[in-house]
Amino acid sequence: MKTNDVILQTVTTVTVFIILTFAAYLFFAGHHDPGGGFIGGLMIASALILLYLAFDIELIHKGLPFDYKLLMGVGMALSLLTGIGAIVLQHPFLSHTFEYVDFPFFGEIELATSVLFELGVTLAVVGATLTIILSISEDV
Amino acid sequence: MEILMSVLVGILFTAGTYLVLAKSLLRIVLGTAILGHGALLLLLTMAGLKTGAPPLLGMEGITNYVDPLPQALILTAIVINFGTMGFFLVLAYRSYKELGTDDMEELRGTNNE
Amino acid sequence: MNNLVIFPLIIPLFTGVLLIFFSKQVLIQRYITIISLLALFISTLFLIHQVSNEGTQTLNLGGWAPPYGITIVADMFALLLVFTTIIVTLCCLWYAFRTIGKEREKHYFYPIVLFMITGVMGSFLTGDLFNLFVFFEVMLLSSYVLITLGGTNLQLREALKYVLINIVSSMLFLVALAYLYAITGTLNFAHLSMRVAETGQDGLITTVSIFFLIVFALKAALLMYFWLPGSYGAPPMAISAIFAALLTKVGIYAIFRLFTLIFYHEPGVTHYLIAVMGILTMILGGIGAVAYWDIRRILGYNVIIAVGFIVAGLAVFTETAIAGSIYYLIHDMIVKALLFLLAGVMIGLAGTDKLREMSGMIRNHASLGWMFFLAAFALAGVPPLSGFIGKLLVLQGALEEGFYVVAAVGLLTSLMILYSVMKIFMNGFWGENQLSVEDEQMSTRGLMFPCAILAALSVALGLGPEWANVYVMQAEEGLSNPQLYIEAVMGNAD
Repeated sequence: MKTNDVILQTVTTVTVFIILTFAAYLFFAGHHDPGGGFIGGLMIASALILLYLAFDIELIHKGLPFDYKLLMGVGMALSLLTGIGAIVLQHPFLSHTFEYVDFPFFGEIELATSVLFELGVTLAVVGATLTIILSISEDV
Repeated sequence: MEILMSVLVGILFTAGTYLVLAKSLLRIVLGTAILGHGALLLLLTMAGLKTGAPPLLGMEGITNYVDPLPQALILTAIVINFGTMGFFLVLAYRSYKELGTDDMEELRGTNNE
Repeated sequence: MNNLVIFPLIIPLFTGVLLIFFSKQVLIQRYITIISLLALFISTLFLIHQVSNEGTQTLNLGGWAPPYGITIVADMFALLLVFTTIIVTLCCLWYAFRTIGKEREKHYFYPIVLFMITGVMGSFLTGDLFNLFVFFEVMLLSSYVLITLGGTNLQLREALKYVLINIVSSMLFLVALAYLYAITGTLNFAHLSMRVAETGQDGLITTVSIFFLIVFALKAALLMYFWLPGSYGAPPMAISAIFAALLTKVGIYAIFRLFTLIFYHEPGVTHYLIAVMGILTMILGGIGAVAYWDIRRILGYNVIIAVGFIVAGLAVFTETAIAGSIYYLIHDMIVKALLFLLAGVMIGLAGTDKLREMSGMIRNHASLGWMFFLAAFALAGVPPLSGFIGKLLVLQGALEEGFYVVAAVGLLTSLMILYSVMKIFMNGFWGENQLSVEDEQMSTRGLMFPCAILAALSVALGLGPEWANVYVMQAEEGLSNPQLYIEAVMGNAD
């Protein structure tokens, strides 16, 4: 029987953007408030999974031609490299620093190296979650 | 609250143990999941259920902070549990397809075929 | 602060991540793996040198002082195990190049082995109980994948049991952690040791310590070994060899760390229990090793006997016995890997692991046969080889302290080990040669060299214990004297 998922698909196209925006908010909020790279990554993954649920896998693969295993690798490598950077600069592994920089137009913004670490975590979480879920769903 | 949670932990462990001892593979997988939840809830309860502000700098006028360590531990443990569960589920599914049974009784045996 | 301490952890982890990008180029994967292991080897040598000169080295990750941050602690005991791990892994992977097969190599075999090594190294070097749990899980998850990699029916069937046992024991680990945190309010090893020493090890803490003992006994196959022979018999021999050499040892390491650093106040209860468990493990393992006629099972039971013996040294709890245990631990990692690899060659040649179906291999494979003979004697603890010194020290300690049963059972199981391994030797190598060179299922080309390295190490450790003695004594001193560890961790909060 062919299911009619017009409602799911229509809602998904709207909600995915809301979820992704919230994910971005969580990611940046994590620096001073509850939130962070891990939970942001899970949010992004849930948005993508919603897409996979509402549409078929081939269609999404056309739009998002990533190998999620590689994404996981990139994320882990990025996180590790920020740690190794601290070693190169003679600080304990995983040390982080931050600096307040004055940008024209935007004003003063805090730039922190831990954002790079968190970005790596996010990519790794998205990659790992989708690898697991897609490998379960593949041959059903 | 702690006592209520302890009872709940007991119930979760009972249910988990019962399911792990079942014959069907899927029940065993679910049993380990419930055992995992029980253990995490126990970790949270044993560290003390307090009400207070999140332990972040720069929050004025708050004296009562929550101990952040158990939460960090549990978050890590949840991630690990999630990974293990995902693997176990895939393994159970693969074994069911390859071995043609999900009955642990039939998976007995020591001989190498 | 000493960043060298973290190198054993990040080198394999980073290499493993890097190899994900080369999953289809097998040759590149092999080269990168070997290079990274050599880099690991060299950095660990530096670290050992540093520790032997300056004492225990620590690193507070991100600069967060203990007991609040994550501390990585490299004391001599951990480093000796790290060093042995690297050598064993190098040899097993070398062996795997020829035997593991392209299919597995393309399905992330090398990255997963490296992740497992990360877990093993992390467990040895971590300075707090929760990270021990995390690194245990890293190691176990990788081992789940390795045990199922290839997906034969036997592997799947055994993996189900292996995974289930380990998930349940990890849950118990979390429960024990929860209780300990509720009582002491800390999870840092050094801090725990201080707090337990301050408040005294009362009944509650002793009970929790026994809980931990059960958890690690499950992981180390101490008394609760029922999962081991089956699951170590399922994957290809190169993987089994890594498992046999490393995985149970991590559990033993955890037992040593906890019961020398934190829960050492009530040896009458905890160490007595460990002694009983060790004795039972030796006897039951010995019976298993003698009874079976299947190479993989005999070797699996031999792993179990060794666990019992090493832990018995801890139970005696004198300086001599602990030094003996450390010697035996290092020896066992080397010789178990060697035996599994040699047995792998035998099984590969004959195409079966049933002893009754093979014989006379020594005609065509003399070096294989004599190396097996050597490994068998080393395992049983015959004098000029590496097992002797460890066995001697443990027995000496046991007799001095009046642990006569431990000594008697230790000697008795030596005979059982010798009998069980000689059974393999006599059936496999003596007798009528039924296997012509053409009938052999695989060639031994390139497989003998890694085995020869391990055999040479075993002989070297047996003939020249003096050069190892300095390091083992320092390791033993660190274990017998918890104050050293505490000072090293809490003292330099930079």
